Amino acid sequence: MNHKIKSIIPQLLTLLFVVAVIGFFTINAQLNMDERGIDFGYGFLSQESSFDVQFSLIEYDGSHSYAKAYLVGLLNTILVSVLGIIFCTIIGVIVGVARLSPNYLIRNTAAWYVEFFRNVPLLLQIFFWYYAALRALPLPENTEPLFGVTYLTVKGYYIPRLIWENFDILLYSILAAIISIVFIRNYARKLQEEKGQQLPVLLISAGLLLLFPAITFVTGMVQLEVALPVLKQLSKTSFIYADGISVPPELLALVLALSLYTATFVAECVRAGIQGVSKGQKEAAASVGLTPNQILKLVIMPQALRIIIPPTTNQYLNLTKNSSLAAAIAYPDLVLVFAGTALMQTGRAIEIVSITMLTYLTLSLTISLLMNWYNKKIAIKEK
Amino acid sequence: MININILKPNSDNFQTYLYIGSGFIFISIFDVILRSFFNLNFSTSLPGILNFFLPLILGLVGFQMIRLEYSGNRIVDKINESVNNNTFNAGLTLLIIFLTLIATPPALNWMIFEATISGDTKEACVATKGACWTYIKVWFRRFMYGMYPNDFHWRINTAFITLIGFAFVGYFMRGKLKNYITFYYAIFYPIIAFIIINFLISGGSFGLEWVETNAWGGLSLTFIVSFFGLIFCFPLGMILALGRRSELPVIKYISIGYIEFWRGVPLITVLFMSSVMFPMFLPSDAFVDKLIRVIAAIILFEAAYVAEVIRGGLQALPRGQYDAAKSLGMGYWRMQIFVILPQALKLVIPGIANTFLALVKDTPLIFVVGLSEVVGMLQMAKTNPKWLGYAMEGYIFASILFWAICYAMSKYSQYLELKYKTER
Amino acid sequence: MSESIIQMKDVNKWFGDFQVLKDINLEVKEKQKIVVCGPSGSGKSTLIRCINRLEEHQKGQIVVDGNELSEKTKDIEKIRAEVGMVFQQFNLFPHLSILDNCTLAPIWVKKTPKKQAEELAMKQLEQVQIADQAQKFPGQLSGGQQQRAALARALCMEPKIMLFDEPTSALDPEMIKEVLDAMVNLAKGGMTMIVVTHEMGFAKEVADEVVFMDEGMIVERAKTKDFFANPKNERTKLFLSQIL
Repeated sequence: MNHKIKSIIPQLLTLLFVVAVIGFFTINAQLNMDERGIDFGYGFLSQESSFDVQFSLIEYDGSHSYAKAYLVGLLNTILVSVLGIIFCTIIGVIVGVARLSPNYLIRNTAAWYVEFFRNVPLLLQIFFWYYAALRALPLPENTEPLFGVTYLTVKGYYIPRLIWENFDILLYSILAAIISIVFIRNYARKLQEEKGQQLPVLLISAGLLLLFPAITFVTGMVQLEVALPVLKQLSKTSFIYADGISVPPELLALVLALSLYTATFVAECVRAGIQGVSKGQKEAAASVGLTPNQILKLVIMPQALRIIIPPTTNQYLNLTKNSSLAAAIAYPDLVLVFAGTALMQTGRAIEIVSITMLTYLTLSLTISLLMNWYNKKIAIKEK
Repeated sequence: MININILKPNSDNFQTYLYIGSGFIFISIFDVILRSFFNLNFSTSLPGILNFFLPLILGLVGFQMIRLEYSGNRIVDKINESVNNNTFNAGLTLLIIFLTLIATPPALNWMIFEATISGDTKEACVATKGACWTYIKVWFRRFMYGMYPNDFHWRINTAFITLIGFAFVGYFMRGKLKNYITFYYAIFYPIIAFIIINFLISGGSFGLEWVETNAWGGLSLTFIVSFFGLIFCFPLGMILALGRRSELPVIKYISIGYIEFWRGVPLITVLFMSSVMFPMFLPSDAFVDKLIRVIAAIILFEAAYVAEVIRGGLQALPRGQYDAAKSLGMGYWRMQIFVILPQALKLVIPGIANTFLALVKDTPLIFVVGLSEVVGMLQMAKTNPKWLGYAMEGYIFASILFWAICYAMSKYSQYLELKYKTER
Repeated sequence: MSESIIQMKDVNKWFGDFQVLKDINLEVKEKQKIVVCGPSGSGKSTLIRCINRLEEHQKGQIVVDGNELSEKTKDIEKIRAEVGMVFQQFNLFPHLSILDNCTLAPIWVKKTPKKQAEELAMKQLEQVQIADQAQKFPGQLSGGQQQRAALARALCMEPKIMLFDEPTSALDPEMIKEVLDAMVNLAKGGMTMIVVTHEMGFAKEVADEVVFMDEGMIVERAKTKDFFANPKNERTKLFLSQIL
């Protein structure tokens, strides 16, 4: 009995404290809102937003609702995050491997890259790329093409636009390829179990993935046209490239900064993963006669990935959260569009900030829950 | 295949190969030096692409010729082992050397030889092609102290020196006083720090003129924000970490909820919250200074991260420590304060240092609420009509500044990590 | 006696400036059991690691089962498949179950059908008396069990030669015996074995010959009985007096 009371009192006190704080805030918020004559509610989301967004993946203008503006911001955030994740993975893996290179110069170049880029504030790096580096690019009319068909100018990066005809057939062909790959995998497994033969499943899979779409092209079911960027004069001094896709400099700067910064952390994860597999594993695998490729595929990679994936996912999450710095250079991400412009117009601080935070929170928690589940699943079993 | 075999040395002909090979490598590097430093190119007679790749080809052939697993020559062995294990590595080695050689002259020219630092106006820089360090010189005080009045900069300096002085008090505590060292840093020191900053930097009494927080800025603001962030988020993080490991469900889940909430949202939205949402939560007549709101938000935010670091330390302690303390009849708090926390905290110092490092790197974000530390001041200086066009210099200056601070801190935390690892 | 299955002629190896192996000459005939002993750092591990080319020798000649090992050797994997090895640190693959550890190489190297590979693996695991642990993971087993599993893994490739690199050095005393028993069983079955070990009891029971190494050289090689009864070299005597 005594013990029970002892454990209930502190819990009760904590609960009271939390309730009191929340209560205090709610009452104040209520009073403040009454005073200003606004009532709490999310009804404003369906109202007309009457502001434009410079860069949007979906059709949007001022006549659409605030909810649509939220979606525009969210999609832009996702776009920047996905691009950042792709590039930071590529750079991170290369740098991580380079840090373990037997070559002294490569090892140290990689180490300096990591030490430099991770120790400079991300915001500073974003500003550097946006206001200093990308501003030094030439005007559209003076730009030499990069890779023949793309133009990197001070007004953005102009790349060709792909125009598909019957794009859905292409998707179906890819789907068909995936299904046949699944079948071939099963067949390969059966073949192995019964006769011991091994099919080069990876090679066949890659071949099928290329072959099926290729057939749709050859037979003319799917057609692809490429619209190249063409220099166009807007006024006497102002030029742009039309017809292609224009990647705004804000997006460029943001993706550059985010991926170069996060890559340093990814590189450290990769390095730890590779170092985490002991030399004995490779030797043991070699001593039973596995080839270097098999050793990598069957012994080293499965173990290294178990070490690399969890912290790297964390870095991807950080990148996504850091993408909110977009607001600093006016890239219309969730924070700028919603917690910035929309908030300014409606004055609904509590609703808008809470929605924004909840969005990020949902994203983070979902991914961490998935990650925990995955970690438990792949964890190397020990006593 | 044949030509590779020709290039392959063996121990009999190695001397000859060594001379020829090093000759090739020397010529290739010399060629690049001539091209980049003196703009000379002695192989122009060759067709374009061959001319361009000549140094690389020569160098590769040279490295190929001196590659032998064990030559007996110490220097050659060292080179082979560290930069010339195979053709791929030799190629990368050459590329890195060439790139460095090619990039050095323009970089040096821009940063030093053609740069200006004289004068006090933009006019001093107009004539030069290099960097305009005059800009940094003129704005230096702003970058350090923000818009804080020039005459009062001594107040900031004095305050910081005093704070550092008080920070070292613990170092001199001996004997019985040593027991109170945690108490001093956890409670007493933050209070002293607050008083010093309030009276000295903020002013308003003792004949010191009041300077509003809007005028604070520059590197000193970075220090103030991260300093208060650190000393206050630490105790809060400690409590949350204990809470998360508590056996009492209510406390445990409240702690988990708190930690996961703050770790799930970006700092920038937290700062938004502190500036636009937080005033709604307070009585309408209450006024909290912007800076205090921002620091409070940062403390709440960082405490969640600190809590997770400390939890790691608590988990790393062997169960035996808890059992031993309990068997001595210690209660919960007594056990935590005298047995568990001192050991756990020692384990997590490097982790805390890393969190603090992240905090310092995050301080520029306070621009969203209109406060300007170094990066914020940079943006202000950049848009000053008298000094347009020197953004690059400003960013390089700030990068070096932050890099130096953060690099030193990360090295120190690595040193601590190593030290504690070996002590255990 | 048949032809030598392993021949080492004037083998030399350096780690940087340090010479680990000096003019090693060693011949091993089929079904012979050889114990290599010597102080630590004497090059015994390097010696046997050269036999399956985990280390590369720089001078001299090594012929294993009629194949010369050199840079030009293609399909080194084929030779390794015939030479099993047991390591000091077990080196089981921690992400695979014991059974999968044993079937990995037969499936991928020998292209054995999975079912057959599993049957073979179970047979080998029974031999070392851990068939009941087949579905567990290495981290869940004791050191002795892990080392026996490692032995089974090597045997699943049905090698002609078995190399043992201090198989009992990382084990607790009570587990040494179970591993040694498994090795004795293997020896009785007629396997060619080269064993680096400090277990002199094992040497006396099983070995045909004992090789004593010091400072990268083979100091003495003798029939087991002679080796223990009247060692010729001073260093051997000193070593034996310390270890026995």
